[in-house]
Amino acid sequence: MKFLLVEDNIDLANAIASRMRLDGHVIDHAEKLEDASAFVATGDYDLILLDINLPDGDGRSFLEHHRTTDLDTPVIILTARSQVSDRIGSLDLGADDYVTKPFDHAELEARCRAVLRRKSGNAKTTIEVGGVVFNPVAGHLTVGGEAVTMRNRELRLLELFLNAPGQIFSKNKLADRLFSYDEDVSDNAIEVYIGRLRKHLSASDLRITTLRGLGYRLDHDG
Amino acid sequence: MTDSVAVSGSLRNRLMLTLIGGAAILALLVFFAVRNYAVQLAQEGQDNILAASATSMLDAATFRDGVVELDLPYSAFSMLSTAADDQVFYAIRQDGAFLSGYADLPFSESQMFQTDQVRGSDVRKISVSRTLIGANSRTEIQVVLAQTQDALSETLDRISRNAALLGIGFFALAAALSFWATAATIGQLGNLTTSVTRRGPQDLSPFAKPVPREMAPLVTSLNSLMGRLDQSLSQSEDFIAEAAHRVRTPLATVRSYAEATLQRVDKEENREAMRSMVKAIDESSRAAGQLLDHAMITFRADHLELEDIDFVDLVHDLVQRMTPIAEMKDLTLTLKGDARAPFSGDPVLVQNAVRNLIDNAMKYGPRESSIEIEVTAKDRPQVTVSDQGPGFPTDEIEILTARFQRGANATDTIGSGLGLTIARDVAAAHGGEVVLKNQTGGGACVTLSL
Repeated sequence: MKFLLVEDNIDLANAIASRMRLDGHVIDHAEKLEDASAFVATGDYDLILLDINLPDGDGRSFLEHHRTTDLDTPVIILTARSQVSDRIGSLDLGADDYVTKPFDHAELEARCRAVLRRKSGNAKTTIEVGGVVFNPVAGHLTVGGEAVTMRNRELRLLELFLNAPGQIFSKNKLADRLFSYDEDVSDNAIEVYIGRLRKHLSASDLRITTLRGLGYRLDHDG
Repeated sequence: MTDSVAVSGSLRNRLMLTLIGGAAILALLVFFAVRNYAVQLAQEGQDNILAASATSMLDAATFRDGVVELDLPYSAFSMLSTAADDQVFYAIRQDGAFLSGYADLPFSESQMFQTDQVRGSDVRKISVSRTLIGANSRTEIQVVLAQTQDALSETLDRISRNAALLGIGFFALAAALSFWATAATIGQLGNLTTSVTRRGPQDLSPFAKPVPREMAPLVTSLNSLMGRLDQSLSQSEDFIAEAAHRVRTPLATVRSYAEATLQRVDKEENREAMRSMVKAIDESSRAAGQLLDHAMITFRADHLELEDIDFVDLVHDLVQRMTPIAEMKDLTLTLKGDARAPFSGDPVLVQNAVRNLIDNAMKYGPRESSIEIEVTAKDRPQVTVSDQGPGFPTDEIEILTARFQRGANATDTIGSGLGLTIARDVAAAHGGEVVLKNQTGGGACVTLSL
């Protein structure tokens, strides 16, 4: 996914960007509306994260202008305060969702996924490998032409493996990516999810290998 | 505000005492003035009659050939007759020699009218003389006439009684007027007190109703005090919001960096340290957020911005908004219940309260479970949030809603324990309540009614 982040707080922007890059996204960062307009004109973004208070103007006017030319790219507003009137104004102007700053990254990720899923249908996000067609945004998986229903965490686990084929993930690393830090995660929980994913992929050429003492790896047969 | 005010005296009593005391003194003055005047008038009347009688006696005296002839006229005594049968004494002397009457009635050279005693009775006495001139001689006739004062004192008694009645009447009227004047004056203060009390703590707008000029400075001070209070309240709300924001923004930055670092670190003990760090940051960030919410709710509970809302719509919006977060945890939010639940309330507060309940359910609900949210409008609008978690410890249900109180089985889960307090405060501000229960099949069940 390619995201545009419009945010003038550089620390926060870097933090958001580095966290999103971890999930395999590409992030462009604009500090001002002027830069944002330039980015939008040249790049094709899947999602725009837009701050309201920017040094050269109000994010909402940018959004309004943006909507006159581009109706598709979803926009999530980052607002400083949970003012109801702000929220209504933003949604009326064509924002798809909003997060109140400061937000947990998990919430931002959840909202991005939800918005992208609602707006998706783009074929470009589809991964095709080993008899598997996977659309991480829509959460669609077809194995050998048959649709498979997956829970959110199974989906994210598959996404992790598909984004880094051949890489070994330890149980702890997987747990950190799938669960929030306030959850009590047992080794068994990871095994359960790995087990389910193996079942989903059983008809494909993809295989999750257990490396004793190291973790798991996605392999492609043949 | 149950502190009692130090009371020093009473304006009403002071005013009443002054007015009634003044009225009493005035009534006494009226009584004495009327009586004295009456006494004076009565005395003058008696004196005039005595003078007329004595003069007619003198006029009856003739002097012929050195002999005084005095034939006392009947009219001289008849004019002295009174209803009280007053006694009359007289003495007639010629050049100091006693001629007729009562010898023990002395003539007074100095005073024409005198109050004296004759034979044990109080009398009013007149002494007059006339010089009679004959051919070659002159002689002086002296007449002393005295009359007891029984009739006069009867009249005086009557007048005194009437004067006393007049005084009492005057006093009664003045006292009634004082009561009325006091009540009317103190009533103005009472009106002000009522309007201060009735507006309650939420209304900090200045008083606009006209007040008497004397009370204007008080109302002006009151208005300026309320202005300052209002300002400092909104300032503290802004301050709390700003403080929470300033705390949470860097925390969010640190958290993101910590999370990003965690993904690159391989050594398990370092990873554990990073995890603890993120957990601690989450806890402080959430606590800051809930403190902000709580402060906002405490503030708004006094300034309820009531709107007509549909509770079902409100909860539906909220559930929709929280669904992405629930999905990340593979939790399902299901909404059921009535189709409409209209009520009048503060949407921001109610939303916040319900969000805290759903937040809690999401925190304690087990993975891949379902959270049921039911909105009903039977007697009053209420929402019930049920999860499939461990439920509340039975012995702590009562004290759980108290601030910062967390269940003993919640030690592993992030949260400051303010969520239920917020929900309870919002419910209370809308005249409702929060009831905690455990479902028979396990899991907590929280009902918020408005």
